[in-house]
Order: sequence, then structure tokens, then C-alpha cells
Amino acid sequence: MTEGSLKNMNPPGTWEAGTPPTIKVKKDPLVPVTRTSYLPERDADKTPILECIDLGITFGGLKAVDNFNVAIGRTEIAGLIGPNGAGKTTIFNLLTKVYQPTHGTILLDGKDIATMSTAQVNRAGIARTFQNIRLFHNQTVLDNVLIGLHNEMDYGMGSAILRLPGYWRAERIAKERAMEYLSLFHLDQHAMDLAGSLPYGAQRRLEIARALATNPSLLLLDEPAAGMNPSETAELMENIVKIRDTFHIAVLLIEHDMSLVMNICEGIVVLNFGRIICKGTPDEIRSNPAVIEAYLGRKGAKKL
Amino acid sequence: MKKLSKGARTDLLTYAGVIIAFIIVSVLKANGGLNRSQTGLLVPICCYIVMAVSLNLTVGILGDLSLGHAGFMSVGAFSGIITAMSLANVIPSAPVRLMLAMIVGAFFAAVIGFLIGIPVLRLTGDYLAIVTLAFGEIIKELITCLLVGVDSEGLHIIFNVSGSKTANDLNLLEGGKVIIKGAQGATGTKTIASFTAGFILIMITLVIVQNLIRSRQGRAIMAVRDNRIAAESVGINVTKYKMMAFVTSAALAGAAGALFGLNYSNLAATKFDFNTSILVLVFVVLGGLGNIWGSIIATVVLYILPEALRGFASYRMLIYAIVLIVVMLTTNNPVLKTWREELRSKFGKNKNKEAKDA
Ligand SMILES: Nc1ncnc2c1ncn2[C@@H]1O[C@H](COP(=O)(O)OP(=O)(O)O)[C@@H](O)[C@H]1O
Ligand SMILES: [Mg+2]
Repeated sequence: MTEGSLKNMNPPGTWEAGTPPTIKVKKDPLVPVTRTSYLPERDADKTPILECIDLGITFGGLKAVDNFNVAIGRTEIAGLIGPNGAGKTTIFNLLTKVYQPTHGTILLDGKDIATMSTAQVNRAGIARTFQNIRLFHNQTVLDNVLIGLHNEMDYGMGSAILRLPGYWRAERIAKERAMEYLSLFHLDQHAMDLAGSLPYGAQRRLEIARALATNPSLLLLDEPAAGMNPSETAELMENIVKIRDTFHIAVLLIEHDMSLVMNICEGIVVLNFGRIICKGTPDEIRSNPAVIEAYLGRKGAKKL
Repeated sequence: MKKLSKGARTDLLTYAGVIIAFIIVSVLKANGGLNRSQTGLLVPICCYIVMAVSLNLTVGILGDLSLGHAGFMSVGAFSGIITAMSLANVIPSAPVRLMLAMIVGAFFAAVIGFLIGIPVLRLTGDYLAIVTLAFGEIIKELITCLLVGVDSEGLHIIFNVSGSKTANDLNLLEGGKVIIKGAQGATGTKTIASFTAGFILIMITLVIVQNLIRSRQGRAIMAVRDNRIAAESVGINVTKYKMMAFVTSAALAGAAGALFGLNYSNLAATKFDFNTSILVLVFVVLGGLGNIWGSIIATVVLYILPEALRGFASYRMLIYAIVLIVVMLTTNNPVLKTWREELRSKFGKNKNKEAKDA
């Protein structure tokens, strides 16, 4: 590869009607299949993008996560739900190596990530957002996405200081692509605003755009709808499906908004006190007495 | 015409400002508009500007506190002096020797910066401040123990830990020359530093620092500063970029040190003490963390003021301390902050209007 080129040369385009998106787009359409197996059927014959085997972590005697076994298909939208303090965010921190697991194995695309750092895990294909938003607040919206594109650019420090042609080429392509990621989330108008000045919902969207810019194969969203109004949530829901359909990646999301989870997730894992109490399709979760009892209570059962 | 981003415009204005200042001062100097003591300030000011801009890379851009920047200056100064003095007979051209001295000074400072960085930059927290503080003091003591001379056989170096040796123990041949005499420091140095060299060094420093900031590397460095966990989550190797900023900063300080060292015929290691590190830190904080042209202005003003007000010279550190505290209080004051932001947004709108009209 020549210096200054981007690893993925296709600009993303937009996903509005008429202009087909071009970031890493596969031509074959996703066929909706009724789920019969553990993974969505279209993913069933391929290596799951993520497999957790007996994953667990202990904080000073507290088993925050224990015996966590999950597999996620390559184009699956999966949900991770459970009451506050159940250990959902902790699982994201384990998957991204912010925490080192006390025991168990994480396989990303069949490869063990035990020895990887957080940054290496991202480069291997996991991108995430944070429950309490972690943007680069004092930098522009555009720069936030450009930071996400960091590893997609490959010019060295010498090229940067001497401003060699490779620098200009990579910067130009990266800016174009960053703007396209922003336009996917209707943030292109705010490209030059400081990230910290965006309203809450827009900050959440920017975090997703930044995560997507790292070109992941698994996207982890930690309560993406928190603090959003119903119309924003509806749009987010559409966007998550679009992300999966456009980029053909897997999404694992933590969410308290049950309508969102039940509507778009193909597989759901319910967590309580660090342990899985149930996993299955939305229908199976809805009708599972253990979930209704232990997690949702009587009021929650009505909601479903 | 291509529209320049705000950052690129600031960079260009900074270069332009430095070039214009250089031309004005050069003209003044040529026409006898500066007296001897004023002329004597020119090279040190250039050195301190480079010191401040490079420290800003560590403190403002990387966001790690360093309290030993003068230590890197010291390493650069003495390695630069040794280089220039020992090559005196080999390379007759003073500018070439000066350039080599600055390169060698930058190199040694970079190596030491790297060695310090390996254990420290992996850690989170203010360990860098503590370690650089210690480094600054240790390097001062080490150079005080150093005896260096040169003769036709080459360099003679004695590390005089016991304190019992003198320059005579270097056993220099006839025609040999003592370069560094322990506690006395460098003596009899040929002063080959020049204002033009200082100007060129400032320009090189600006190119390195400003271009670094506006690259993927610079964005990564600032991402680490603003939110380390988020930076890691988008695949940024934190240690690598901390190291990049810190070593670059050290190297530039080394080059500035070499220029500084070759501006004085006598120079002791005690010149590069904790006070000097703090002095440079004051320039950076007053100029604004991460603000490159601010560092330049603050350095010039704060360096000239006490010289101009000779009577106050002895209160220099006191004045700096007070100013530093006042600045820290006011810049973090939420009321003043919102007031400043309001002003800025008003100012910004006006500017946009002008641009449209034009
Ligand atoms: N770094 C930590 N040290 C100690 N306890 C922790 C740490 N991180 C999470 N926990 C504990 O683990 C449990 C799960 O927390 P969390 O994963 O944030 O829950 P949630 O499901 O609401 O996201 C909580 O009891 C929390 O206090
Ligand atoms: Mg949580």
C-alpha cells in the first residue's frame, strides 16, 4: 500500500435514497430469516464475530460478572439487558480490555484477545461507545471523527512534519470520509463546532460515528438511547439497523428502552447480578418467567 | 481559493509574526538601534522561545506536567559545547559547527528523554512531574562532576565523583584544551551562537511543533490528553504518542541548550536549575496551554520586562510566582470563562461577516 492512502479507499456516501453507500459495502442483500438456531441463520455457518467462554471478573470478592457465555453472529444485532448494577458495562469493559478478566476467554473472530491492549482490541475490530459519553469535548466534531480514523491513515511523523504529499493525500481523503460519517448522523452541519457544545443526543450520535470510523466488525453501544427523546430514539433505532445493513457488522447494545431492544435485537441476553439468567429471541425473552420474575417484575411484564 | 482552517491560519500568522520581528530587530541591530546589553539578550530570548514552545508540547498538547525541562537544555548545552569545541580544528566554519552542535544536543536530550519516558509514560498520574524534577537536579549534579578536554588524540573525559581530580588529571597533550571544568562548567568556550541561528531554530521548532499538532499524530496526542480511555478505545497507542511528544519536546530543548551554551564563554551547570524549569513553565502557562504563539509572546515579554526594569530584577521570581497564581486563578474562574467565551463568539461573528462582505 502506498503511503498516504487510506486502508479503505471507498468513501462512505450517504444512505439516503438513490445514492448507495460505499464504505465497505457488500452487494448481496441480507435475507431476513426466522431464527431457529443460536445465531441468526445467515451467520450460523460462519465463525461468530464474538465468543465469550466462561468469562468473569471479580472486584475484591464481588463477582461482578460470572460464567458469561455468549456467541454473536457476524451480522447480528444483539441486546444485553438487565437491571442497574447487573454488570453490563463491566462486560463491555472486559470485551475492550479496559478490565482484565479474572477468568475465561474472549474470542474475536475466532482469535483469543487475552494478550491485547484496549487499543489493539480496537484495531482487531471492536469499537464502542460509553454510557457516560466520552468525547474529546474541546475538539471539533470533525476532529473527533478524524481521531477515530487515526489508524486508517498511515503517514508517519516525518511526513507529518515535512508535509510530504502522503500527508496531504491522506488528510484530504480522511476529511472527506469523516464528513460522510458525520452526514450519516446529520452532524455534518456541526463539523466545526466543539464536540462539547453539541446537545446530548447529538453527542451520542457523534460517539457512534467516531466508533464506526475505526472500521470495526463489532460495535458495542452502551445505552445509546439514554437521555434521548422518543423521536430521537426512533431515529437511533433505524440508524442502528442501517449501520448493520450498510457495513455488515455485528452490534451488541446495552439498553433500558425495551421497545428499542425488542424491536431490533435478534438475540437478547439478560443479566442479573453478573450472571446470565436467560438468553434467546425477543419472543423467548418476553415469555420467560425467570426474566419476568427476576428482572422486570410485575410492572415490567405488562410493558412487554 | 482554498479556504484555510482556523488552525492553519493561526500557524501562518505565527510564522509571519516571527519573520517580521526578526527583520525589524535585524534592521535595528544593523543600524545601531540596539545597545550592547539589548543585543546580548537576542540569543537567550530565541533559546527561551524554543524552550517554551517545546515545553508547551509536553504540558499543553500532551497534558503532562514536566518540571525538568531545563535538564534537557543542560544536556543539549554541554553536549553541544563539547561537540563544537572538539571540532574547532576539524571544521573551520562556525555556522556548520553550530548546526552540528545543535543536532548533537538535540540527539542526546532526545535519548535521555526516551530513557526517562520508558518507565514513566506508561503510568497514569503526575509521575512525570516528579521524575523530571528529580532528573533536572540529578543532571545538574552529574555535569558538575564532569571534566572534559580535547587534544590531538581526541576527547578526554573524567567523571570526577570523588571530587579529588582536577583538569590536570585529564593529561592533555600540548595544545590541548579543557572544555568542561567540573563545578565551573564550560570555560573558554568560543561563542559561535548568533541571532540568525536563533531565528532559524525558532522557525524549525515552529514547523515541527505546529505541523505535528495538525497531523494524525498530533490529534492522537491531544486525544490522549483529553480522554485517555476514549483514545484507547479508538485504537490509539497511548504510550507511543506520549513518547513521541515528550521526546520531541526534549530534543528541541536540547537544540536550544546547545545554542544557549555556545552563546557564553563561561557556563556552569547550575544555570539550568529548577528555577529555570519553572521560568519556562511560567512562560508556557502565561502564554496559554497549547497556545504556541502565546508561548512566544509570553517569553519575549517576561524575558525583556525584568531586564528593562533592572531595579526589579531581584524580585523576578516573586513577580513570576504571583503572576502565575493570578493567571491560574483567573483562567479557571467560571465567571471569567463564560465572559471570555461570550466575547470570543461576538468577535467571531463579526469576523465571519467581514469575510462574507469581502
Ligand atoms: N472498577 C470497579 N471496581 C469495583 N467494582 C466495580 C468496578 N466496575 C464495576 N463495578 C461493580 O460491578 C457491578 C456492575 O456494574 P456495571 O457493569 O456498571 O453495571 P451496569 O449493568 O449497570 O452497567 C456494580 O456492582 C459495580 O459497582
Ligand atoms: Mg452500565
